[in-house]
This record gives sequence, C-alpha cells and structure tokens, in this order.
Amino acid sequence: MSKTYYDPTDLRKFGKISDWNEELGSKFFDYYNTVFQEGALSEREKSLIALAVAHTIQCPYCIDAYTGDGLQRGITKEEMMEALHVAGAIRGGASLVHGVQMMNKVNKLEG
Amino acid sequence: MSKLKTQSLHKRDSELAKTNKQLEILSNGIFANGELPTFKDKIAESNQFPLKPKPLEILQINVGYMCNQVCEHCHVDAGPDRKEIMTKETMQQCLDVIKSTGAHTLDLTGGAPEMNPNFRWFVEEAAKVGIKDFIVRSNLTIIRANKKYHDLPEFFKKHNVHVVSSMPHWTRGKTDKQRGEGVFDQSIQALKDLNAVGYGMPDSNLKLDLVYNPSGAFLPANQAAMEKDFKKALLEDFGIQFHNLFSITNLPISRFLDFLIASENYEDYMYALVDAFNPSAVANVMCTNTLSVSWDGYLYDCDFNQMLDLKVASKTKHISNYNEEVLQNRDIIISQHCYGCTAGAGSSCQGTVA
Ligand code: SF4
Ligand code: SF4
Repeated sequence: MSKTYYDPTDLRKFGKISDWNEELGSKFFDYYNTVFQEGALSEREKSLIALAVAHTIQCPYCIDAYTGDGLQRGITKEEMMEALHVAGAIRGGASLVHGVQMMNKVNKLEG
Repeated sequence: MSKLKTQSLHKRDSELAKTNKQLEILSNGIFANGELPTFKDKIAESNQFPLKPKPLEILQINVGYMCNQVCEHCHVDAGPDRKEIMTKETMQQCLDVIKSTGAHTLDLTGGAPEMNPNFRWFVEEAAKVGIKDFIVRSNLTIIRANKKYHDLPEFFKKHNVHVVSSMPHWTRGKTDKQRGEGVFDQSIQALKDLNAVGYGMPDSNLKLDLVYNPSGAFLPANQAAMEKDFKKALLEDFGIQFHNLFSITNLPISRFLDFLIASENYEDYMYALVDAFNPSAVANVMCTNTLSVSWDGYLYDCDFNQMLDLKVASKTKHISNYNEEVLQNRDIIISQHCYGCTAGAGSSCQGTVA
C-alpha cells in the first residue's frame, strides 16, 4: 500500500471504478462526458467552472485534471487565477454572510 | 517552462543531439518494462502493423535546419547555429522528382526555409511545375527579421504560395515563452503584412493557415474550437485574419523530448499520448501519404523520422535515385514517438487526421 492517501498516478485509473460496478460506472461516465460537451455553455467555460469547483472541493485529482484541460484549451493562467478568485470570493463570502446570523444573535442576547 | 535556450542541442553538445540516444529513451523504461505497450504492439491490436504507404500525395522538402529562432519545442533542433543547408544541386534533383511525381502538394519546410540562399530560385522553379498546392512553412518572424525579407509576402503572392505559419497562442506571454522574447509582436506584424497583400482574407485565394502546437507538456484540444478562439482573438485584438488553424501534437523527440525529461514530464506525457491513442487515426497518419526529403537529399517516412535519422526502409534512399514504385512497397519505420500522430483526433503537418 502507498504511504499517502493521494497518488497522482491514480487519476489515470479513474475509469477502473467501473470494474466493480459496470452499470453505475458507465452511467456515471456517460453523464460526466455529456455534461462537458458544448451546450448553452462552451466547453471552455465549463472547463473554467470545473477548475473553480475543483478548488472549492479541494480535490487534487480534479485540480490536476482541469489545470491540464485548461492549458489544452488555450486558457491562460490569468483566466485560471480569476476563476479561482471567484471560488475564493464565494467561499469567503459564504463564511462572512453568516456574520449576519452572529450579529442577530448578539443583538438578541444583549437585548 | 524553463528559460528559453539560445542554442540548439547540437551546439550545446547535448546527449540528446544524438538520435540513437533519443531512440533508446523511447524504447526503454516504461516501454521496455511492459507498463505501456510499444507503438508496434498497439497498432498490431487493430491489425495495422506493418504500416504501409498509400499513393504519394505530399512531398515535403526540408531545405535546411538553419533558423532565426530557437523555439523550445522544436523537433528539428533548428537555430542560427545549424549549418545544414540544401544545395542547389540537390534542389535540382528535387525539381526533377516534383515534375514526375503524382503528388498534389509540395511542402517546403526547415528551419526557416527562407534562409536558404537558393530559396527564391527554388520557389520560382517549383512554381513553374504547376503543382496544385505549394506550401511554404514560414515562421513569420523571418519576414521581419531583416530588410531583405520584408518583401516575402509579395514574393509568396507572385508565386501563389500557400503560407502556413506557427502561432502557439493569441497572447504575447504564451507565444514568447515557447518561441522567444519578442516573437509575438514580430509575428503579429508579419501577419498584418501578409493580410495587407491579400493573404488570409475571406474569399481570398491566397491561403494563409496557422499551426498551433501546445506550449508545454499537454495535448492540443479540439482543432475547431481552437480555431474559433484564435480567429476571435486575432481579429478583435489586432484586426488579423487567416483561413484555417492546424492543431499539431508535439512529438517526444529532439528539443521537446529534452524539455519533457528536464521538467520531469516525460512519463506522464507518454501516458497521456498512449491513453489518447485513437486506432482510427492510424490509417491516415502523415507518413502514409507523404515523403520527407532532408537537406542532403535523403528520403524519410516523415519529418520526425528525418530528425531521428531513420531513413526509409527501401532500396531507394536518396532523391537522386528516386523511384516511387519501389518506395511504395516499403514498410514505414515506427517507434514510440509515433504515438504523437495518433493521439485524439490524430496529428500531422496538415492538422488532425481522424
Ligand atoms: S519550431 Fe520552427 S521557427 Fe522554431 S526553431 Fe524550429 S524551425 Fe525554427
Ligand atoms: S512519426 Fe512519422 S512514421 Fe511515425 S506515425 Fe507519425 S508520420 Fe508516421
């Protein structure tokens, strides 16, 4: 067994999850591949959303995958960093907006 | 990516300047220990081994390895320090073949082909043969490099040359990183010069196509999507127009192989190429309809095999005793670099193939 939880080379083996449940595995990958096809949003836009979400959920596999995917699509590092700041802003905002709850509670308790 | 080098591997006396060293790397490691299948085994799975040529369509002539640039990924290992240049005598032998072959496309490449002192004579003579599609691969910056090249757009126009030029990105940062400081601005100016004489304009017969290859250890994305992005950005930012974008995968040889190894990306890149193997791209890889001629007149299955010094496996090995019928019967020489031609939608000097 490897000594760390994450091994970068495991990303290549993602497809193998179907080995233990072919039906659900292939349903998932069909869905996954369809999601990333051009629709109302371009593949490029979807790639940037995926990169931002990858950082939000802090999945190292997804970060690797969508950094590479972005480069392939000609997405610049400036665009990638801006997408990350969107993720950061929403994450930070999500904490701070709960400040209203804190303030409400203080005001209530102090009367 | 590391800082751009200013000398070729040859000049730097790098181990990788030796072609047998490159071939050894491509055959050892992950391909010798069974982690990844060799290209031969992979194409044998779909009964496509040995790889055979179809009737010749494209004659690609490399008129010399000298170049005004030293791009990081260059599979030719070209640069100002390379002195291999095709002589007029070899050019004449090529012209004799061009006259007799059934190929519909003549494709001049380098280095910077324009730096060959007999380039203009060769273009004038070759244009007289009336071949359907006459391509010159121009790196763009050469047009701006020196006054004596400033009239190249007019010269190309006069001989109805189809200009194919490299452009790794529509932003300065990415372009200069791969091709050198200042290359982007010079390329933009050269594209404007070409547009000004009619190249690349909608409905113009003067064809101007761009070649995109990734500026790092990753594969190119969808050609049509990239073309859309390039067209939009170049038009909006600079008012530049062009016809088609060819998306080319970097093959793991020469300076790109050197970069892959130095940046510890070699294994991941080979995995990415093998994972993206597309059996339906094999039938149309470049070597099946193209022959490559080197500056000294030798024949190769493709420009990549030329850079690995893998001459055609045929009795006819030189342009001076060219025999299309004999060449048709050869087996194409392959190695693991060939995975670069079969990844995804495939890759050739004319873009995707599948
Ligand atoms: S990639 Fe083209 S322009 Fe760049 S060094 Fe090689 S031959 Fe010259
Ligand atoms: S590298 Fe050359 S020989 Fe190999 S598949 Fe590509 S075109 Fe053919």
